[in-house]
Amino acid sequence: MAASTLAEPPPRAGAADDVKIRIRGLTKVFESKRGPFTALDTLNLDIPTGCFFMIVGPSGCGKTTLLRILAGLETQSTGTIEISQPADGRPSNSMIFQGDSLFPWMTVWDNAAYGLTMRRLPKAQIKERVSFYLNRTGLSRFHDHYPHQLSGGMRQRVSIARAFANDPDILLMDEPFSALDEQNKVMLQEELLKIWEETRKTVLFITHSVDEAVTLGDRIMVMTAHPGREKATLDVPFERPRQVLELRARPAYGEFVFNIWTYLREEVQRARALDEGSSS
Amino acid sequence: MTDIVQKPARSWSLSSFSLSRGNMERVMNIASPLFLLLLWEIAARLGWIDVRFFPAPSKIFQTMLQLIENGQLWVHTKASMYRLFWGFLWGGVPALLLGISMGLSRTLRAIMDPLVSATYPIPKSAILPLILLIFGLGEPSKVVMVAIGLFYPILINTMAGVLEIQKIYFDVSKNFGASKLQVFTTVALPGAMPLIMTGVKLGVGMGLILISLAEMVGAKSGLGFMMWNAWEILSVETMYVGLIVIAALGITFTLILTEIERFLVPWKASR
Repeated sequence: MAASTLAEPPPRAGAADDVKIRIRGLTKVFESKRGPFTALDTLNLDIPTGCFFMIVGPSGCGKTTLLRILAGLETQSTGTIEISQPADGRPSNSMIFQGDSLFPWMTVWDNAAYGLTMRRLPKAQIKERVSFYLNRTGLSRFHDHYPHQLSGGMRQRVSIARAFANDPDILLMDEPFSALDEQNKVMLQEELLKIWEETRKTVLFITHSVDEAVTLGDRIMVMTAHPGREKATLDVPFERPRQVLELRARPAYGEFVFNIWTYLREEVQRARALDEGSSS
Repeated sequence: MTDIVQKPARSWSLSSFSLSRGNMERVMNIASPLFLLLLWEIAARLGWIDVRFFPAPSKIFQTMLQLIENGQLWVHTKASMYRLFWGFLWGGVPALLLGISMGLSRTLRAIMDPLVSATYPIPKSAILPLILLIFGLGEPSKVVMVAIGLFYPILINTMAGVLEIQKIYFDVSKNFGASKLQVFTTVALPGAMPLIMTGVKLGVGMGLILISLAEMVGAKSGLGFMMWNAWEILSVETMYVGLIVIAALGITFTLILTEIERFLVPWKASR
């Protein structure tokens, strides 16, 4: 079943005519006790088909809000989102959540099969896909375990398997590795890249780690501290497939990370100043 | 001799008498009630206690055998179990469905919460006369009493169970395209199951209390009736038999429910 998606042209970020997600003037205002709070302010964004798109920003810049709007878990205040829908009845997007999002009452297998089960696909098809992705994430042996019997890294692998098995058009990832220790993080980044290479789906990945953004992404958008706006967008100049550690050892990698940091530093400082201002 | 060589003499060697701490505790657990029974028996035979109120255990046991032999005990136990069963269905199932719905829907919670809070504190025993008036002296009034007793603990625990489910699980089910019914069956019901089982255990206890009470007042069968009737004909032993059977029923139900819980909530059992 992966063959049809494999046949897609490899992504070259910047093919302007092939936009998967087009966002115009997106604004989200939350009503809070202290009055309205603008999380996102007239954001414009084009994400090309097949692009591994990273969003980096200081905490509280509304990046999670953006993802939740795209996932259908939140609605925007104003602005438009156009997402080109898959024609073959596949789901538009699946999200890999931050932290523990596996159902504690389901086994690894049932968790990974969740999206397919909800769509009532034929049993044989569910079995084929779930076993494929559990195999790819090295979890076949643990298919009948419950989440509490797994380590944090393994749990997040199940999350990845669940999203990929669902075969969505777009993958939304909300800091999926932020709770993991450094060693697990590198392992999972490497595995994610490998699995992603097989299908090259459009990915929108949110992180506060510049390293993660440069390691994984085709294109990186740096967001401003609240309200969240576009600060800068940069194309990542590294070829694929990538090896995480090999990439990080290159001098050009360090330069590029530094480059992103120059944009981000101002915003982190501004976010800090805003926090201190509001708490005093 | 060859026998001993083939099977290591572990079952009857002296060392088996030096018990481990766990076994020691188990022995004490069994020995203490037995000792109490023995004490009771001696006290009754020597006339230290009034046998009109506290007949000797051996007497109670004799009566129990009689009641088993003439089939009476079975008739009454069956009648009570039958009412418990239907009360469990009529009270438990609506409580479960309403509890989950209230947990899921804020609107329904706003509507139903005041009603539940207002009626819950009424002692269930106090509405027995009203129930007898409405449903008569037949079977329905007993079943309704059990149903009411079960309804509240299951409803309240089920709702609390759903409210305790973390929001992220509902987000996941929504993002992965679950329908309302699928959210109900894959998130709300299994997520609330640990507390639902707590509610069921509490409810069954309440059901046993209320069934004995209801049968004392308006019934011609059942364990409650048997005990009440025994009071009227001054057969104290029969009263004790009734108490023993009800206690045994309570213990059996708890054991069965614990097994069911282990089966339904396997993800909590091994924590």
